[in-house]
Amino acid sequence: MSKKNLTRRGVLKTGAAGVGAAGLATPTLFTGAVWADGHTGFTNAPEGDTVTLGFNVPQSGPYADEGADELRAYELAVEHLNGGGDGGMIPTFSSKTLEGNGILGKKVEYVTGDTQTKSDAARASAKSMIEKDGAIMITGGSSSGVAVAVQALCQEAGVIFMAGLTHSNDTTGKDRKANGFRHFFNSYMSGAALAPVLANAYGKDRKAYHLTADYNWGYTTEEAVVQATEAMGWETVNAVKTPLTQTDFSSYVAPVLQTDADILVLNHYGGNMINSLTSAVQFGLRDKVANGKNFEIVVPLYSRLMARGAGANVKGIFGSTNWHWSLTDAGSKAFVQSFGTKYGFPPSQAAHTTYVQTLLYADAVNRAGSFNPCAVAEALEDFEFDGLGNGKTLYRGADHQCFKDVLVVKGKENPTSEFDLLEVVEVTPVDQVTYDPDHPQMGGAEATLGSCNVGA
Amino acid sequence: MEVIVLQVLNGLDKGSAYALIALGLTLIFGTLGVVNFAHGALFMIGAFCAVTLNRILSLSHEVIDPDKTDFLGNPLAVNVPYVYDWFGEAAGQGIINWSVPLALLFSIPIMIIVGIAMERGLIKHFYKRPHADQILVTFGLAIVLAEIIKYYYGANPIPTPAPPAFSGSFDFGALIGLENIIYPYWRIIYFSFAMIIIAAVFAFLQFTTFGMVVRAGMVDRETVGMLGINIDKRFTIMFAIAACVAGLAGVMYAPINSPDYNMGMHFLVLSFVVVVVGGMGSLPGAVLAGFLLGILESFASLGVVIDLLPGINQIIIYLVAIVVLLTRPRGLMGRKGVMEE
Repeated sequence: MSKKNLTRRGVLKTGAAGVGAAGLATPTLFTGAVWADGHTGFTNAPEGDTVTLGFNVPQSGPYADEGADELRAYELAVEHLNGGGDGGMIPTFSSKTLEGNGILGKKVEYVTGDTQTKSDAARASAKSMIEKDGAIMITGGSSSGVAVAVQALCQEAGVIFMAGLTHSNDTTGKDRKANGFRHFFNSYMSGAALAPVLANAYGKDRKAYHLTADYNWGYTTEEAVVQATEAMGWETVNAVKTPLTQTDFSSYVAPVLQTDADILVLNHYGGNMINSLTSAVQFGLRDKVANGKNFEIVVPLYSRLMARGAGANVKGIFGSTNWHWSLTDAGSKAFVQSFGTKYGFPPSQAAHTTYVQTLLYADAVNRAGSFNPCAVAEALEDFEFDGLGNGKTLYRGADHQCFKDVLVVKGKENPTSEFDLLEVVEVTPVDQVTYDPDHPQMGGAEATLGSCNVGA
Repeated sequence: MEVIVLQVLNGLDKGSAYALIALGLTLIFGTLGVVNFAHGALFMIGAFCAVTLNRILSLSHEVIDPDKTDFLGNPLAVNVPYVYDWFGEAAGQGIINWSVPLALLFSIPIMIIVGIAMERGLIKHFYKRPHADQILVTFGLAIVLAEIIKYYYGANPIPTPAPPAFSGSFDFGALIGLENIIYPYWRIIYFSFAMIIIAAVFAFLQFTTFGMVVRAGMVDRETVGMLGINIDKRFTIMFAIAACVAGLAGVMYAPINSPDYNMGMHFLVLSFVVVVVGGMGSLPGAVLAGFLLGILESFASLGVVIDLLPGINQIIIYLVAIVVLLTRPRGLMGRKGVMEE
């Protein structure tokens, strides 16, 4: 183990400072002391030759299909980490610490939990995996409410949380935590990426009407898209909150026809998005001409699984996505090949982000030389990498958010298969979607990570 | 004015679904005395009859297209439905496009079988048990049925479009001298269909001997039984009819909102409130309350109303239920003695 693998925060947090101070005069002893310390003194420090990861995904409830795809990706990642299969994105990953021999030489095992897309159920399953199964890291989630809740639990428990599909600004904004990390993009980035494309496609003199899911992801997405599009010259004529449990959106969509809006923005995800978009198309909004322009619909966050549910209604509709299987970089191709060969269909963006998060965690542990969560956190902070499907990416230390290019996509007019539903219309460069850590949408100056917690 | 007309139309449309489910719930409660929390699941199964028929008609064989590749770079396997082979591409696609109306016929025998199996296999064992037991067992059954559907069809909604001829919208305002009231064809069809079904159920109960016996049984089961009529058998048939009503409502609802395994649960809770507001055991009450609550829910969803009373769209139905129960404890058209023993 080289000295660069020692971590300042890990040493401090695990009470090794005293030992380290004694050892400074004698470098050999110092290294040995941290070795010993780096493997004990934190929650679920692995013993023996295996290490357990906790995959907390929705296996029931409305996002169960997304959860199933996440789980497939996690299983694939574990297989690759343990040296099985074709290695997926490990060969294309710019960091070369993963050698197919597990993490730090320990074979990777996993347990799964069912979040049910409910915060309390998700916390209970994460708690069980940490306390009963000895999970050293928790990852997953297909909802921002769940991600924020589980992230806070992991912070208290002293384990690392690698968020799955969570798009709300809050996850790495006002609710950011020192033990939590997000690879997936967020509402701000969607707004920043979409607005110029929308202004280019539909013009700068537009009036937008927003329908917004009534929970934290909806609020941050509405705020992000409103601010980004208004900065381009659009006007927001109304923004109506819709209950998360709503299935028939006719009574929300029909009044849009009576306003002078010429754009409808659906800040909805999952079943909400499928149903609201279906209602909007049924009510003829896409055939309508308002203010002398064709009426248009925008879906800020797209997923292929959702697009499939909405059928032909998505054709020509703009949105953004974290990743798409049609990307042609080496990492994406390797992942699609590996996942597609094993499961028979291409991976979703949820599968991609969870697979990547697992590799990033494993690599961070290897680089830190320890499972100590504070050592791992420090290894992830300001880590720059490439080869995992999104081009050059930075895990920003200030808020634990990944910064990378964002894809603007459009529903494909002539799909060739049931998977070929979205086409990438623009890859928005990372600089255009980067913001300050204390940006008002991210909780302002009050939002802080707090201190890393090793638990135990 | 246009907004009011639009929201009334939306309310009637929502109310159609509530009324059809509540009608079935009331039929079962009135005849068998069972509070059937699995009734929403029957609505969901109906919708999945439409999904299933669509899939059956779309059954296909693979034809390799050497000019195109799939996501792994292999030659693309294109699925060609068998109906294309049998009837030609245009006629075959026409048949697939009409899968929802065709599913009305397909669903009737399925719903009758499901209804009879549910009543004979499980619910009849709970006739003499307390209502709480009945609610627990039927609620459990609803969860089981939903999970079975999820296992086979997944959790995501499945698009099941109406025939292209009815999938668009038209200017309803032009019919009544107003402007800019665009309304989808299928929703008008759905409302009309609901009215026909409701009328048919009432006519069946009012004008047939079978219906007369059932109505008599609803009032006094024991006396009808003592007259030598096998009322149990008739009630089983009524259960099957109620299942059919829910199933047909589900089939026709499939193009409005893509079916998913949880749709029954969503409608069940609202329909149960509809039954309570209408008055337990009252068929006209169920229909009236269905439309009333549908319309109120639509108006509560208006932006100006939400701005005035934030959150009203989420509680309006329950608020109305509380007000009705406080002022008329038996519901709008409830009879004395129902669930009061």
